[in-house]
Amino acid sequence: MIVPTMAEMMAQGKQPEVLFWVGAAGSYDDRAKKISRAFVKILHAANVDFAVLGTEESSTGDAAKRAGNEFLFQMQAMMNIEVLNGYEVKKIVTCDPHSFNTLKNEYPELGGKYQVYHHTQFIQNLISEGRLKIDETTLQGKRVTFHDPCYLGRANEVYESPRDLIRRLGVNLTEMKRNKSTALCCGAGGAQMFKDAEAGDKEVNVLRTEDALETKPEIIATGCPYCNTMMTDGIKFKEKETEVVVKDIAELIAEANNL
Amino acid sequence: MQYLPNILFAIALIAGIGFFAMNIRKLTRNIKLGKDINRTDNKSERWKNMIKIALGQSKMVRRPFSGFLHIIVYVGFIIINIEVLEIIIDGIFGTHRIFQGFLGDSFYGFLIGTFEVLAALVFIAVILFWTRRNVANIKRFLSREMKGWPKNDGNFILYFEMVLMSLFLVMNATDLAFQQAGVGNPISQFIAPLFDGFSPETLHTIERTAWWIHILGILVFLNYLYYSKHLHILLAFPNTFFANLKPKGQFNNLASVTNEVKLMMDPDADPYATPETGEEEVVPEKFGASEVTDLNWVQLLNAYTCTECGRCTSSCPANLTGKKLSPRKIMMDTRDRLEEVGRNIDANGGTFKDDGKQLLNDYISPEELWACTSCNACVEECPVNIDPLSIIMDMRRYLVMEESAAPQELNMMMTNIENNGAPWQYNQQDRLNWANEE
Repeated sequence: MIVPTMAEMMAQGKQPEVLFWVGAAGSYDDRAKKISRAFVKILHAANVDFAVLGTEESSTGDAAKRAGNEFLFQMQAMMNIEVLNGYEVKKIVTCDPHSFNTLKNEYPELGGKYQVYHHTQFIQNLISEGRLKIDETTLQGKRVTFHDPCYLGRANEVYESPRDLIRRLGVNLTEMKRNKSTALCCGAGGAQMFKDAEAGDKEVNVLRTEDALETKPEIIATGCPYCNTMMTDGIKFKEKETEVVVKDIAELIAEANNL
Repeated sequence: MQYLPNILFAIALIAGIGFFAMNIRKLTRNIKLGKDINRTDNKSERWKNMIKIALGQSKMVRRPFSGFLHIIVYVGFIIINIEVLEIIIDGIFGTHRIFQGFLGDSFYGFLIGTFEVLAALVFIAVILFWTRRNVANIKRFLSREMKGWPKNDGNFILYFEMVLMSLFLVMNATDLAFQQAGVGNPISQFIAPLFDGFSPETLHTIERTAWWIHILGILVFLNYLYYSKHLHILLAFPNTFFANLKPKGQFNNLASVTNEVKLMMDPDADPYATPETGEEEVVPEKFGASEVTDLNWVQLLNAYTCTECGRCTSSCPANLTGKKLSPRKIMMDTRDRLEEVGRNIDANGGTFKDDGKQLLNDYISPEELWACTSCNACVEECPVNIDPLSIIMDMRRYLVMEESAAPQELNMMMTNIENNGAPWQYNQQDRLNWANEE
C-alpha cells in the first residue's frame, strides 16, 4: 500500500492536499490499523494527494490531557505543532475523533491552526465534489445502527456526516434509543481506555452494546477506533460475534466499493 | 391605629426584602471567591442563549412530562407576580384591589381569571411533582446524595407552592365584593360555596387572614431561596448567560502550564537563573483544583444554580453502570463546601481560617473523579447549562500534577506517551508499519 510521508513529499518539493493524521490507535492497534488501511484505499480511489507524518507523528496528548496531565499534553502539542508548522500543513484529516477534537479545538491556542476534518466529513466532501461515489448495491438492505462517538457528536456536534455516508450505502439505518446528543459513551473516553473501570455493576461498553443490540443490527457502524474496540468487546461479551459485526464507516465504504 | 396594618405591612416588606438582599450579597461574595474567567465575549450569543434556555425553557422539554409540568409552574410563577404587585400596593396604601378600578372590570377580570386558572394548574402540577418525587420510584430522586435535606428541600418547596396557591384562591373566594362582581373568578366561584352561611364579618376575617398569610408566605419563600436548591429560579438567568460557548470537547489549556512548558522547551532558558533584582520570586501557581477557591467563579455560580434535578446523573454512563460518580453530587458538594467556606469567613471577621478540610477528599473522592469518561452527557443534559465536567477535570489535574496520584495504569500510559509518543509501549520507529501489513 502506498502511503507517502511528508518527509518524502518535501524531498520532492511537493505539498500534498491533505495530511492524514493516523493517531496512535490507527498506527499500532491491530483492529484500528484496518481502519487506517480502509481509509487510505478510499483516498487512493478518489485520487486524493495525501501524506502522513509516519515516524514523525506523535501522540496528540488527548489521553494525557483528559487524565489530568496538562504538562504532558502541552509538551506533546508543542512538539507536534512544531512539526506540522515546519511542513506548512494547512489541512488535516483523521479517523480518530479524539485527535480531531484536540487538533481542531485545543491546538490553535498553542499556535497550531489547521482546517481539521473527521474522515466522515472529508469523505462527504469528496462525494459532493464528485471525486468519489459509493456503491449502494453491495450492502443493500443490511440493518445498520450507528454509535455516535462522544468526541465527534456532543463534543463537536458532528451528527450528520456519518449518517449521510451510511445512508449512501443503501443500508437500512436504525437509530438506538440513545442517539446523537443523547448517545451513551462507549466507555473509553477520558483516558478510561487505558485503565480498569472503577467498581460498578456493569461495564459501560456492555450497556452500550445492549443499546445497539436492541435495534437488531447486522452491522454496528462506528467512527472512532476506541468506540470500535469497545463495541467489538461488547459483542464478544454478549456472544453475538456470529450475528453482528462492528465496522468503521471507512471500512464499510471500502467494502461497498470493493476496494 | 387606622394605619397599623399599613405600617406592619411596610415593616414586613422591608425586613423580608432586606434580609434577602443581605443573603444575595453573601452569595455574590462567595461566588467571587472563585478565580477570574472572562465570559463577556460574544454578548449577542449569550443573550440569545439566556432567552432561549432560561426564559424559553428549551432544554426542559427534552423530557416532555416533567418539562411540561415545569413550564406550568414557571409561567404561573412569572404571571402571578403581577398579582403580587397589586397586593404590595394595597398593603402599603391600605387600598383594596387597586387594579380593579384602575384597569376596569373586564380587563381586571380577565387578568385575575387567568391567575386563578394558572393557580389551579400550578396546584395540580405541584401535586404531580410531589407524587413523582415521593411515590413514583423514579431512580434519580432516590440516589444516595438525595437523602435528608435535599429530599426535604424539594418537598418543602412543593408544600409551599400548594399552600400559596390555595391561599390565593381562598382569598378570592371569600372576597364578597369580588365574587359578586362575577368577573375573574372562574375557579374561586367553585370554592366560594364552601363558605356559604358564614357571616360577612367572618368572611372578611378569613379573606384578610388568607391575604396576610399569602403575602407573608411569599416573603418567607423569597428568603427560603438562599438556603434551597430553589435559587435556580434566579440564577438560571446569569448561569445560562455566562455558560461556555466553545465546543464541549474543547478543554482549556492551562496558561500557567504553557509558561512552564515554553520555558522547558526553550534552549536558551536557564532554569537556575536567579530572579533579577527588584523582581520578586513568584510563588508558582497551583495546578488544577483541590478546593472551591481554585475553581473559577462560573463553576461556583454553577454550583449555586444547580437545582439537583439529577438529569445529569441519570445520563452519566459511569452512574448508569453503578459507579460512584454522580455529576449532581459533584455540584452539590461544591456548593456545600463553598457555603462552609463562606460561613468560616463570616465567623472569622472576613478571612478564611484553615479548617483542615477541602473539597477534594473531604467532599469528592478520587474514585468519583476517575470514573468519568469525559463524554459530556451531563453537560448536554443540564437544563441550565451547568458544566460538572470542568470541575472533574480541574480536580483530576490537581491529583496528577500536584500529587502524582493518578491510577497506576494511567501513569504507565503517560510514561509511554512521554517515551514513545503513544499511549502503548511501541517503538516510534514502527509507527508506519500498518501501511505495509495485510
